[in-house]
Amino acid sequence: MTNSSLINASLAQLSQMLASKQVSSVELTHTFLTRIQQHNPVINAYIALDTDKTLAQAHAADARIAAGNAEALTGIPFAQKDIFCAKGWKTTCGSKMLENFVAPYDAHVISQFDAVGAVNLGKTNMDEFAMGSSNETSYFGGVKNPWDFDRVPGGSSGGSAAAVAARLCAAATGTDTGGSIRQPASLCGFTGLKPTYGLVSRYGMIAFASSLDQAGPMAKSAEDCALMMNVMAGFDERDSTSLNRPKEDYARGLSTMTGAQPLKGLRIGLPKEYFAEGLGADVAKVVQDAIAEYRKLGAEIIDISLPNSQLSIPVYYVLAPAEASSNLSRYDGVRYGHRTAEYDDLLDMYMKSRAEGFGAEVKRRILIGTYVLSAGYYDAYYLKAQQIRRLIAQDFTEAFKQCDVIMGPTAPSTAFKAGEKADDPVAMYLQDVYTIATNLAGLPGMSIPAGFSNGLPVGLQIIGNYFDEARMLDVAHAYQQVTDWHQAMPKGIE
Amino acid sequence: MEWAKNGWEVVIGLETHTQLKTNTKIFSGASTTYGAEPNTQACEVSIALPGVLPVLNKEAVECAIRFGLAIDAEIAPRSVFARKNYFYPDLPKGYQISQYELPVVGKGKLTIQVPAGKHSEAYEKTIHITRAHLEEDAGKSVHGAVEGMSGIDLNRAGTPLLEIVTEPDMRSAAEAVAYAKKLHELVQWIDICDGNMQEGSFRCDVNVSVRPKGSDKLGTRREIKNLNSFKFMQQAIEYETQWQIDTLEDGGKIQQATVLFNPDTGETRAMRSKEEANDYRYFPDPDLLPLAVSEADKTRVKALMPELPEAMKARFEAQHGLSSYDAETLTASRGTADYFTAVVQAGAEAKPAANWVMGALSAKLNAEEKTIADSPVSATQLAQLLKRIQDNTVSNNAAKQVFEALWAGEGEVDAIIESKGLKQESDSGAIEAIIDQVLAANAAMVEEFKAGKEKAFNALVGQAMKASKGKANPAQVNEILKKKLS
Repeated sequence: MTNSSLINASLAQLSQMLASKQVSSVELTHTFLTRIQQHNPVINAYIALDTDKTLAQAHAADARIAAGNAEALTGIPFAQKDIFCAKGWKTTCGSKMLENFVAPYDAHVISQFDAVGAVNLGKTNMDEFAMGSSNETSYFGGVKNPWDFDRVPGGSSGGSAAAVAARLCAAATGTDTGGSIRQPASLCGFTGLKPTYGLVSRYGMIAFASSLDQAGPMAKSAEDCALMMNVMAGFDERDSTSLNRPKEDYARGLSTMTGAQPLKGLRIGLPKEYFAEGLGADVAKVVQDAIAEYRKLGAEIIDISLPNSQLSIPVYYVLAPAEASSNLSRYDGVRYGHRTAEYDDLLDMYMKSRAEGFGAEVKRRILIGTYVLSAGYYDAYYLKAQQIRRLIAQDFTEAFKQCDVIMGPTAPSTAFKAGEKADDPVAMYLQDVYTIATNLAGLPGMSIPAGFSNGLPVGLQIIGNYFDEARMLDVAHAYQQVTDWHQAMPKGIE
Repeated sequence: MEWAKNGWEVVIGLETHTQLKTNTKIFSGASTTYGAEPNTQACEVSIALPGVLPVLNKEAVECAIRFGLAIDAEIAPRSVFARKNYFYPDLPKGYQISQYELPVVGKGKLTIQVPAGKHSEAYEKTIHITRAHLEEDAGKSVHGAVEGMSGIDLNRAGTPLLEIVTEPDMRSAAEAVAYAKKLHELVQWIDICDGNMQEGSFRCDVNVSVRPKGSDKLGTRREIKNLNSFKFMQQAIEYETQWQIDTLEDGGKIQQATVLFNPDTGETRAMRSKEEANDYRYFPDPDLLPLAVSEADKTRVKALMPELPEAMKARFEAQHGLSSYDAETLTASRGTADYFTAVVQAGAEAKPAANWVMGALSAKLNAEEKTIADSPVSATQLAQLLKRIQDNTVSNNAAKQVFEALWAGEGEVDAIIESKGLKQESDSGAIEAIIDQVLAANAAMVEEFKAGKEKAFNALVGQAMKASKGKANPAQVNEILKKKLS
């Protein structure tokens, strides 16, 4: 078994190799741990590693496989975004505030992976409290884009993104509040899915903006994402916003994506607002080429409009900070987390602990959120934003009367250079201009690799109707059957 | 009242925090048992660890529906949980989950009986309830347990509360206390609260303002926080009212404020003024869905509701022919009503049962500061005693001795009557013999009676009872004596 065939294998292939004993989970895990040792000091994708714990899981997986009760993902090593509490693991959310916080319990997502005997390779770097689009707000330093070390991997799931792209894991988990799975997927050239809000339990996932946060898979292909969704999705009574629906097999339609025109009859909507000013010409070209490919696969292309989409960013930057300002109040230095060394009284302790524990972007959003919720401003900001949020959702409801899926760019540009936008929050916020609306509407969205511009990956975004993940995965899979952009691997880290 | 004479009127509204009798907390599975070691009932949700989420306790919702039904209120088909944001060490999330714009229970009413005062008759009044909403309690700061440090005990954090808010309908401390007592009984009656005021299960905040009598404009109010006894409530309102009137009469102004009552001095003192008040930045909690209560939910809860005091009172009057006063007294608490019902069900006649429950039993319970649930005399025992009065086995007087013996735990009714020799003499021959002796020994009295002195008859009855050592049936004594003297 060559190293390359292991690290580039799909989850289904790995599963098959493990089942047929071509490789053991321990061997596979060692392969990735070795790569992590080699490349992580530069890339900085992982911020917590615990080889003993990881290998213990790999041994347990091998025993389970030997006992003959393995499941699809048993023994496969995954990277977990550091936003998920994992018992006994440092869980920092990319913040100094939680630098020494060891979670005493497992997030639902972690338990789901544990239950099928998957292996946890470590916790991945991220923008502090998931606030950022470049991973530069992490207290633990930026992450290098494996395609160009001078560039950012996107964010907030930047560590998971770099780990997938650099083959430092078989696949990874991420979370997406405004684009934090899809934008890094676009910038690092892999497949990422943000499911319908409520499909994956938020229990144990550290909250940024509760009404928008959603966990999802980050992997090399749509097929891999489907297998991960089978593990991650499902009702959890500990999350009141978790949807109680029958379990479904997200991979059920993949095998039907064969023949010359597997997508015959599929109507793809292209929102004109997503191809307007602000979109890089190079990105537009790649996206249009991908659309042309879809036409060849039998799809019908329809022009649609999402008239309120230009309001997505302003609405998001009222609602998300409002929720965040409240969600982050628990970090007060009283029970856990950072507490300042010296203080005069209670107020002094609060102020110093929070001033020291939070970074600039987090503070900025707490300030915005506190402002928009305060007496006299609530109606003008928070309430108005909620009203517009409904209009934005309405746009999609109308659009889905005309088409089955919506396509467009994931991000306006390819990966930008580290430091390029770090001092310009608004320019940074525009990174999510095409992704935020789906979070506001609670819709599923994904990004798949669609080509390159100047050696940097470009993502195609696919937006589906509520609970239409299986169809979206089919649509992505059909494209990945006839293209190989998703198999490209960055040079220099073989 | 003194101030009423001077042309002032006090206006009072109450906010009551009722701790709901659920097994677990309102948004987690942690236990709500009182008095455990600090932080042993604080699960990951109670501590507000990163990533935890609230899940609403259905039991707490049922309690709220029960209360809504009991006060004939609108129960919202859709209500919303909101976050009330402020920093305090005993508030682990930095916000309290409460209901703000859309509470689960809307407008309702409660009829109170205001007892007679020095200068006033007893009267009835309807107090309007504005709303009742579900929320979570905070933890407690513990000072001094560790030298030089403050501790936080989160056992209570997340305990379910129903906050019940009235309109400013009350016009005296007596009305406020009557309302609080009635509410206190009601929440226990419908079994949503244990009513334990010492442990903080029932806490009242009282809003007090004064205005010239006849004015329809409300004065500036001050809120007396956390009163946990009716006596303190009475004292606090009276002091506060006088203080506000004095302030206004001296040309001062009332500042809106939160005040605390000091039971040692009997005074109220401002804790913080309105200017220092927090901006709580309420917004709907995105972690919780709106609470939906369907007609079916209401019907289901209604079926499990006990008969309410008002209905029971009407039934006691109709079914047992009790006076309105008696029926009211017997239904003033669930314990008394249940006890009375048990006595009647065990075969006693309703009227004497009512008299004994409200009389001898009640007096004895009060004297020994016991609740009716802890009465040493069971309902079955009291019923048996009443049956023995009814069948002339014992006289009323003798029955009181039996009751004392029952209270002291000396055994069952018949055994006590036997061992104490309290059986009533109902053998007319024996009574006649006693009367003959009495008439013979008191010839002078007989003469007086015959001369028209009615009092002499009673004296002769007394002599006969004395001669029988109290055992003779007084009715029979009367009857035979009358016959003999005619």
